Parts: sequence; structure tokens; C-alpha cells
Amino acid sequence: MLPTLVGAAILVFFLLRAIPGDVCEVRLAGSGLYVDEAEIELCREKLGLAKPLIAQFFDFITGYFTWDLGDSMWTGKPVTEEIGIRFPLSLQVAIMATVVAVVFAIPLGAISAIKQDTWIDYAVRTFSIAGIAMPSFWLGILIILGLLIGTQHFFGTPWMPPIDYVPLYEDPLRNLSQLIWPAVATGYRYSAVATRMTRSALLEVLREDYIRTARAKGMIEKIIINRHALKNSMLPVLTIIGIEFAFLMGGLVVTEQVFNLNGIGKLFVESVQAQDFAMTQQLVMLVVLIALLTNFVVDLIYAWLDPRIRYG
Amino acid sequence: MKKSIFKMFVMATAGLVFALTGVLSASAATPKRGGILNFVVGSKIPSYDGHIESTFGMIHPIRPFYSLLFRVNPDNPADPTDFLCDVCEGSVPAGAKGGTEYTFKIRKGLQFHNGAPLNAHDVKATFDKIVFPPEGVPSNRKAMFRMVDSIVVPDDHTIVFTLKFPSGAFIPAMGMPFNFIYSKKDLDDNGYDWHKKNINGSGAFIFVEHVAGSHVSGKRNPNYHHEGKPYLDGFKAISAPKMSIRLQAIRGDRAAIEFRGFPPKARDDLVNALGDKITVQESDWNCALMFTANVRRKPFDDPRVRRALTLAVDRYEASQYLANIAIVKTVGGIVFPSHPLAATAAELEAMPGFSKDIEASRAEARALLKEAGADGIEFDFNNRGVDQPYKVVGTWLVDQWRQVGLKPIQRVQPSPQFYATLRKKHDFDVSVDFNCQSIVNPIADVTKFLCSAGNHYSGCENPKLDEIYGRLLRAESQDQQRVIMREFESEAFDTGGTALTLWWYKINPHRSYVKGWKIAPSHYLNQSLDQIWLDK
Repeated sequence: MLPTLVGAAILVFFLLRAIPGDVCEVRLAGSGLYVDEAEIELCREKLGLAKPLIAQFFDFITGYFTWDLGDSMWTGKPVTEEIGIRFPLSLQVAIMATVVAVVFAIPLGAISAIKQDTWIDYAVRTFSIAGIAMPSFWLGILIILGLLIGTQHFFGTPWMPPIDYVPLYEDPLRNLSQLIWPAVATGYRYSAVATRMTRSALLEVLREDYIRTARAKGMIEKIIINRHALKNSMLPVLTIIGIEFAFLMGGLVVTEQVFNLNGIGKLFVESVQAQDFAMTQQLVMLVVLIALLTNFVVDLIYAWLDPRIRYG
Repeated sequence: MKKSIFKMFVMATAGLVFALTGVLSASAATPKRGGILNFVVGSKIPSYDGHIESTFGMIHPIRPFYSLLFRVNPDNPADPTDFLCDVCEGSVPAGAKGGTEYTFKIRKGLQFHNGAPLNAHDVKATFDKIVFPPEGVPSNRKAMFRMVDSIVVPDDHTIVFTLKFPSGAFIPAMGMPFNFIYSKKDLDDNGYDWHKKNINGSGAFIFVEHVAGSHVSGKRNPNYHHEGKPYLDGFKAISAPKMSIRLQAIRGDRAAIEFRGFPPKARDDLVNALGDKITVQESDWNCALMFTANVRRKPFDDPRVRRALTLAVDRYEASQYLANIAIVKTVGGIVFPSHPLAATAAELEAMPGFSKDIEASRAEARALLKEAGADGIEFDFNNRGVDQPYKVVGTWLVDQWRQVGLKPIQRVQPSPQFYATLRKKHDFDVSVDFNCQSIVNPIADVTKFLCSAGNHYSGCENPKLDEIYGRLLRAESQDQQRVIMREFESEAFDTGGTALTLWWYKINPHRSYVKGWKIAPSHYLNQSLDQIWLDK
């Protein structure tokens, strides 16, 4: 884990600074208003951008040892505070999308495998291929437009989901009425991938000798599927779920914009646009950390699902 | 007889109906109290300090918490010369002592949201921070106050600004919406950085919360100094960077208004979807889209080539057709079109690139290019990766230049890289450029055309422009200013590297229940929200 984190830190730091422009240009000259060049230089000095690159890198790295991850170059507020505001929303959407995906993917994938080459299988495969082919942000746009047009048509007044976040514990109804739509939009694509993986993994397991043996000794099909086949086919599905979950935590860049969600993905876009190096660096490191932790958790679940797997 | 009685009856009935209608419409125009105004903002807040920030992303949500010394008339913001006192009393003073002394009387009984009194010392502390900041303290617009010599407070309710020379740029600069009045005590006790992260104003609304990336909310200030205002109980400024979200938010009534502006297509979509539930206000915008030729590079060091670039552009046709798809419309010179200092149509037509005979202009452009040995050249055209209006106008410019045989290759870059090219690297032949100012202050705004200005990117050298500008800055009467402005404009167009395309056009479709707000020629102006009420 550590070498990956160090490598990511070096890469993100130097790659960001290889891009022309900086936050002071965007902040003070971006609106086209009159700006004094001395003010831009003053801004650079205050943000530490005038220091040599190696000194900036040293500040960045030592921040991890002093638990001072720095301040956003755009707002001046601590990076941890800025991320802390957005993290619960991204986490909730990721969890909801995962729930949507799992609820659909495992039963559909299993039915599709069991009813292989029947109309049910074809229907599930069509549904899942459509989900893979359809970008979730595009589905999101369709959902918003569909809600606006549909409600205006049927009720006379257009309705769209709320565009500002309220935590679940404050107003559950308003929270869910905002987040259910992006969860469905991203969960559909996510479930499509997982459905196809469940189907092919289960088909492979169903062809194993021990399944044939179970059937030969007259075991009930339901028990064969649920107890012996499904559990063993879950390893690749779990990998997919893990990867997708990690992706959702930082990768919902466009979908968060489409639904105006104040999450990590939107912050990512805004930070990159504003050349806010401090924020972008820490966001990249956060996403790398989440990906590593998710992989670690998936590895632990592997061992639980398949007792033959042992980590030395 | 019967006919005349009938006629009188009909007239009386009509009169009664007319009178009743008048009464009803008058009562409909009476502001209603209460309600929360939700509006969307397409940009982010860097800090809360108006003295150093320059984005409307800060002005729209934060300006309602602060007062200004004076402001554009909220009921007549379209007039760029109509100013009204905010914390000052009476009318905005004219300059005494040959236009070098401005004395403002400050209202009595004013207070900040924390209960501290507001008087002339606070106004002085504010303008000292803006005009004479200590070393190392940023003040983004201090150059606009270079004419100010001293600021003196003879008593608690009087403040006097003494100028080094009379200047027509002083009053508009003082009315800029960024000049938030801060408490002297806050500055003294907490330092000059305190207002970046804290708010203590005296505006129509009191700060409630800011959830970064989500929203800013404010509640009614019961001690606001404009009697009876504000009408709203509060407001919520919701951050929504995507234009489609801002548009759909108004359609779905998640927000009632967006104060920056939408393109024509968005306006039409909203009107088609909602009919009379949408009201549209439109205005010329104090932003001009331009292009700048890099005179450091051949063949753009040749004034004939630069002149050909501007002659090739048909601004009048663009005004008709481009205005249907982009937020640009009005043909104008270097001064905001409806300002008294702006060129008249006849004056404009006499300038290169503004003739209505486009064929003759293009023939001249081709001849100039041939003469300069630059006919048919391929060149790099730097543009900003923002649709409205940069990419739309940039694509149109490519077509215009092709009409005289030039071959521009458009390079669209994200904003930071676009600025790096324009301001630091200078690795462009021609670039899209723009001049977008908050308050209409032509004498300050035209500094963009000075070769020596920090925000002029052509790399040209022209001391004559500085000399003319020096006279313009000191000209006392508007007549004098007008004559010198024409001289400046002519010199800038003849020799400079920057040329105008069209002035932007501001379109604000909003929910019809939003009343009392009037469109201004800038998205920075008229944002105190104190005159807005909801007819729900």
C-alpha cells in the first residue's frame, strides 16, 4: 500500500504543476475585470506558489506527518474541512448505487444463468447490455428531463429533484428525493456490469463436477444454487462491486454535475478547473486510498467466501 | 337624446372599469412581504472579501450582507450614471474645488449586524484598505483609485475624499459593488484577513450559513437602514456550476432566478415551457468580446495585417444572426454603448471595421494582406474553452477571416491554460480577449486598450495612447471627456493590437413571481436584493 501511495503523491504533485496556469490567474483574472499584475504576484506569494518546486513538494509531504493537509488555494479553508462537507454525500450515493446494483444484479444474473438461452435470459442480457452502453450521466439527463416534462404533462407543474443537499438525518424524504435519481442512474450501469459477471461466473460454477455430483445424488436444485453454486460464483462479482464502489467515491465526476450533487466528484472538477493544486492533490490521494482500502476489504471477504484462500 | 345618454353610460362604465383596473394593477404592484428567494449561482466563492475578489460567484451570494457608500439606482440600474446613496445621506455629491473634493454625509443610526454602530470612521477604514492597503495586503482594484490623495473624517458623520486631480472615473469607481463597508473595529481587532472568512455587514440580509459548494443563506435584517426593506424574509443562493442545471432549476421552480444571464436558446426554452410564468429582462452587458493580435510575432507586427483582421469582420450581420445563438448583440466602440461617452452610430461607422459596406472593407483587407505579403497565411487562434460566448464567437471569427483568404486554426483551451497563453507564454498569433467590468466606468474601462496596461496582451508599444489617456483621466467636463475619448478610440483602433467584435447581451429569464428586481448592464450590479419581493 505504502509504495502505491508514495508513487501517487509524486505523480500527482509534479503532473499538476506541469500544466500551464495557476489558481491566482483564474481567481483574479478569470472574470475579465481589471487586475493588477502585482496583485497576482502577491497572491502567488501568499499561497506558496512562488517557492521553488522542491520546497513546495517538501511542504506537501511533511503535511502527512503533521496531519496538516493544507488549505484550499481557492477558498483558504482547510482541505479536510472542504472534503468533510462533501464526503457524506458521495458515500451515501455510492452506498445507494451499490444497493441498487446488488439488488438487481445478483437475482437477475442468477436467473439469467439458470434460464440460459431462454427468453428470460435474452431479456436480462438485453437489459444489462443497455445499461453498459448507456453512460450514467446521459441517463441522468434523461431522468431530469423526463421528470420535468412528465410532471408538467400529468400534474400541470414541472417538478425536478432538489438541487441542494440535506443530510438524511435532517430530512429523510428530501434527502432521498434528491439522491435516489443519481443512485438509479449510476446503479443501473453498475448493476448491468455486475449482472453479466454474476451470470457468467454462475454458469461456470454450474458446470463444475461438484455441482454435477450434487445433482446426481438428487439434491434439490434450489439448495444447489443457493448453497453451493451462488456463493462460489461470488468471487469475481465481489471484485467488480469493490472496483465500482471505489470508482463511485471519486469518479462520479459528470453525474454529480448533472444532478448538482455537492460531492467529491464535483469538488474534483472544480479544483482542477481552478488549478487548486492543494485540493486536487489531496483528492487524488483520497481516491487512491479508498481504492486501496476497498481492495483490502475485498481480499478479506474473499477469504471468508472461499476458505481455501489464505494470506501468508 | 337617448343616444347621448347611452353614450354617456358606455363612457362612464368604461371609465369605471378603467379606474378599477388601475386600482387593481396598482395594488398588484404593491410589494408583498415575506418569502425566501432561491436563486442559482454558476460560480464558486473564493473568499468573502469583496476588496480582493473579482468573481460574481462571490458578489451574488455575499453582496446582500453588505452596504456600499452609494450604489447604482436599484430602480434604474440601466442608467450608468444614476447613483443613489446607500450609507451616505442625500444625493451623491458633485465634486467641489474644481472636482477635487467630495464630501459625503453618513446616515445616523446605522449599525452592523453585530450591533456595532456604523459611522464615517468605518467608511474611512474601508476605503483606506481599498485605496491605501498596507504592504502585503491585497486590494484588487486599488489602481482604480489612483486619483485619490487623501481620505479625512472631520466628524463622525462626514467623510471627505480629496483627489490629486479631477477625474470622471472617481464616482463610478466608488460605486463599484465590491466596495463593501467593513467595520473599523473588525479590521483593527482582527486584521485585514478576517473578512475573507467572516461576514459582518450592514446590508439588507444577515448571514446565516455557507455550506461550501452547496449554498449560502441569509435572513432579513430588521435594522436595515432603507426603511421598510428588505421585503424578503431571506434568500438562499444555491451553487450550480452547470448551466443546464440552472436552467432546469428555474423550470422546476427549485430556483426563481439566476442573475448572470442565459443564452437566447435557454430563454426560448423556458418561455416555451412555462409561458407567462416566466418574465424575461434583457440589457446590453458591460462586457465586450474582442480579439488581440500578438504584435511580438510576424506578420502581426505589421499594422496592415492587424487592420485587415478587423476589416474582415462583419459586426452588423453578426449582431443580427449571432445574437440568436450567443450572448452577444450590440455593435459598439470601446465605450459601453448607451453611455454618454460612447461613439454615435455615425462616429462608429467611420472607424476601421465598422463600415456597413462589408464588401468594400473586405476588399481593403485583401489588398492590405497582399501588400504586407500575408495573404492566405495560416495562423494560430487561441480561444477559451467556454461555450458562451467564446467558442461560438470564435468559430464565427474563423469564418469571417476565411472570407479574406486567411486560414486561422482555432486552439481551444481550458481557462487556466488560455490565460497562461495570453498573459505569460504569449505563444499565440491571435487570441480571443474580453473586457468585462462591474460598474460602467468608461474612463477606467478603456485602460484595457492601453498598450502599457497589465491586462493588455498584444505586446504593442504606443506612448501616444498613454498621453491621450492622461488627458482623458483629468478632463473635467463630459464634453471634454467625449472629445478626448474619440481621439483615444481612434488611436487605439488604428494602431493597437486589440479589436472589438460585439458587446455582450444579458438575458435574464426568471419566474414571474419575482418582482422588484431590474436588470443592470452588469451581472455584478443591483445585487443587494433589498428591493425584491415575491408575488406568490
